[in-house]
Amino acid sequence: MMTNPPQSFREASARLRVQGLLDAGSFTEWLGPARRITSPHLAALDAPVSFDDGVVVGQGLLEAQPVVVIAQEGLFNGGAVGEVHGAKICGALLRAIEMRARAVLLCVDSGGVRLHEANAGLIAISEIMRALFAVQAAGIPVIALVGGTCGAFGGMGIVTRLCDALLISEEGRLGLSGPEVIETVKGVEEFDSRDRALVWRITGGKIRRTLGEATMLLDDDIPAFRAAAAKTMGDRPRQRGLSPDALQTLEAAQRRLEARATLDPGIRDGQQVWQQMGLGEEVALMDPAEFNRCLEARER
Amino acid sequence: MSMNVNVSKKALLDRLFPAGHAVSEVGQVLCGWGQTATGRVHVIGTTAHAAIDTRIALALSAAVLRVVAEDGNHPRPIVFIADTQGQALSRREELLGLNGYFAHLARCVNLARNSGHRLVTLIDGEAVSGGFLAFGLLADVIVALPGAEVRVMDLRAMARITRIPYERLTELAGASPVFAPGADNYWRMGGIHALWTGAEDWAAQLQALLQGSHEDDRARLGAERGGRKLAASVAQEVLYGHG
Amino acid sequence: METLHLELPSLQDDTLFPQTLLHGVVSSGNLEVLVEPGPDAARCVFEVQTAAHGFSEVWQAVLRDFATRHPVGGLTFSIHDAGATPAVVSLRLDQAYQSLRSS
Repeated sequence: MMTNPPQSFREASARLRVQGLLDAGSFTEWLGPARRITSPHLAALDAPVSFDDGVVVGQGLLEAQPVVVIAQEGLFNGGAVGEVHGAKICGALLRAIEMRARAVLLCVDSGGVRLHEANAGLIAISEIMRALFAVQAAGIPVIALVGGTCGAFGGMGIVTRLCDALLISEEGRLGLSGPEVIETVKGVEEFDSRDRALVWRITGGKIRRTLGEATMLLDDDIPAFRAAAAKTMGDRPRQRGLSPDALQTLEAAQRRLEARATLDPGIRDGQQVWQQMGLGEEVALMDPAEFNRCLEARER
Repeated sequence: MSMNVNVSKKALLDRLFPAGHAVSEVGQVLCGWGQTATGRVHVIGTTAHAAIDTRIALALSAAVLRVVAEDGNHPRPIVFIADTQGQALSRREELLGLNGYFAHLARCVNLARNSGHRLVTLIDGEAVSGGFLAFGLLADVIVALPGAEVRVMDLRAMARITRIPYERLTELAGASPVFAPGADNYWRMGGIHALWTGAEDWAAQLQALLQGSHEDDRARLGAERGGRKLAASVAQEVLYGHG
Repeated sequence: METLHLELPSLQDDTLFPQTLLHGVVSSGNLEVLVEPGPDAARCVFEVQTAAHGFSEVWQAVLRDFATRHPVGGLTFSIHDAGATPAVVSLRLDQAYQSLRSS
C-alpha cells in the first residue's frame, strides 16, 4: 500500500482537499472559476466575491470508483451558503444520481447561511436537504467530511447530520448555533465562546464521535480522510431501496434520540458525558485511532 | 373539540376547519386533526413563536412518525403550522446535538412525503432560520398567513455582523428581496408559494392545496418571480453541463 | 470595490502550458488569482477587483515588478482582493506562477 505524506486537512484550501481526496489527476470541476459565476448579492453590498463563490464541485475517482465531490471553502465568507453556492451544491447532488456515482463526498466547512443573501441561503439549504434525500433514495451514500476551520454549523450542521456517514477530525466541530451566537444572546455564563477547550468539549470531533454522531474520528490529515472515505464507501452495499428512511429505522432513531435527551439535566459539558461513561482525563490524550477503538469496544 | 390551544391558534383552526377540528397543545406543540370537505387532515405544529429545542423537535418527529404508521396505505395530508423564533440557543442543547434532532425531524417529514402524505405548511406568526428549516420549509407547499414574519436575522443584527451600515441595508432592502426579513421577499424568491390575505376563505384555499406535486419547484418559482434569478439556472448547468 | 485594468509588457515562456489555474482564497487580508491564457504573447493582462480604495499606484508598482521578474507574457491574471498588503499580493502572484510552472 502506498503511504502518503501527512497533509493537514484543516490548513488546506477546499481545492487542495479535493485534489488530495481523489485519485491523482481524476478531478473534473463543474462550473469552475473560469466561468466566473460569482455572487451578484455580495457585489451589490460592495463585498468581495470569489470566482467559485466559495465551493468546488465536480467528479473524480476515489480508488477508481466514480464519485461526486463537493468542498466548501471555509475561508471565503465562513463557507456560508448563498444563492450560487447553494445551487452548485444542489446541482452536484442531483448529478450524482444522473451519473450513478458510487458516493458523494461532502466536505462541509461552513457557518451556515450567508447573511448578505440570507433568504436565498436559507431556501438553498432546504433545497440541498431535499436533493440529498433524493441522492440517498437512489442508493448513493453521502459521506460528510468535517475538519475545516469553520466546522459545520447552522443549516449545514443539519445537512451534515443527514449524511450516511460523518468523518471528522479532532479539530473538526459540529453544531447548530455557534458558541459566539449563544454567548451574544444568552450571555457568557451560558457559553463562553473564548474558552476554546470548552467549545471543543461541546462541539469537537471527540464528543461528536462519543455521542455516535460521527462515524469515525480522524487525524487532521487529508490522506487519512481519503482512506476513511474509501473504506466507508466500500462498507456500504450499493443497493437501491436500502433506505435509511424506512419507518422502523426512523422509529429506532427516535428512541435513541429520546434516550439521549433524558441525559441528566445537570450535564452541560462533554467532560461530564465522559465521566459518566467512566472515562476521565485520558480522553483528551487518546489519539483518534485509540479513541475509535475505545468507543467501538463499548458500543459492542 | 380542540383542547388547551392558545387563542390565536384556536381562531386559526376555526377558520381553516369550520367543519371541526380536534387539536391539542402540549408544551407549544400542536397535534391533532382538522375536518375538510374531502376528509380529515393531520395538524402538526408549534405555537407562541416556539424556540425549537430537542424536546419540541422530538415531539414533532414523534407526531409525524405516528401519522405515517397509523395511516399506512391511506396517507392523509399533513398541515404543518409553523410558528418559531428559531432554534433554542443553549449550551446543553448543543451538547445533545440539536442539529441532529433537526435532521431527524427533517428525515421524518421526508418519510411522510415518500409515504404519500401531501405536506402543506402554514406560517402563522414567525418562521426563523433553523426552526423553519427543520420542518416548515420542507413541505410541498408553503403559505404565509397575514402578519407572518419570515427571516434569518433582523437588519440591525445583520448590520452589526456584516459591518454594513443599517441605513444602507434598509435602502438596499427596497431593491432586493435577498437578505431582508419579510414573507413577501420569500414569496419573490420562490421559498413561499402563496401569501394569503385576511379577506379570503382559508378553508377553501387550503382545500385547493391538498393535492399536487411533490416536486421541489422553488428554484423555478424564484426565477419566474424574478427574486432568485440564478438558483435554477446554476443548478441546471451543474446538473447537465459539461464543465 | 475598485477595479483596475492593466496591460504590461512581459517576456513569454514557451515552456509554460497556458491553462486555467486558481490560487489563493478571498478572505480578509488575502486574495485569489485566476490565471488564464491571455490575448497577446508579448503582454500580460491584469484585472484587479479590490476592496481597498485608492491604492491604484501601489497595485501598479507591485504588478510591474511581477511582470518584470517573471516571463508571464501571454497570460491574464484576474484578482479578487480583500485588502491584501503589497507583500501578500506579491507572494500570491509568485505562488500562482510557481504552481503554473510545476503543473
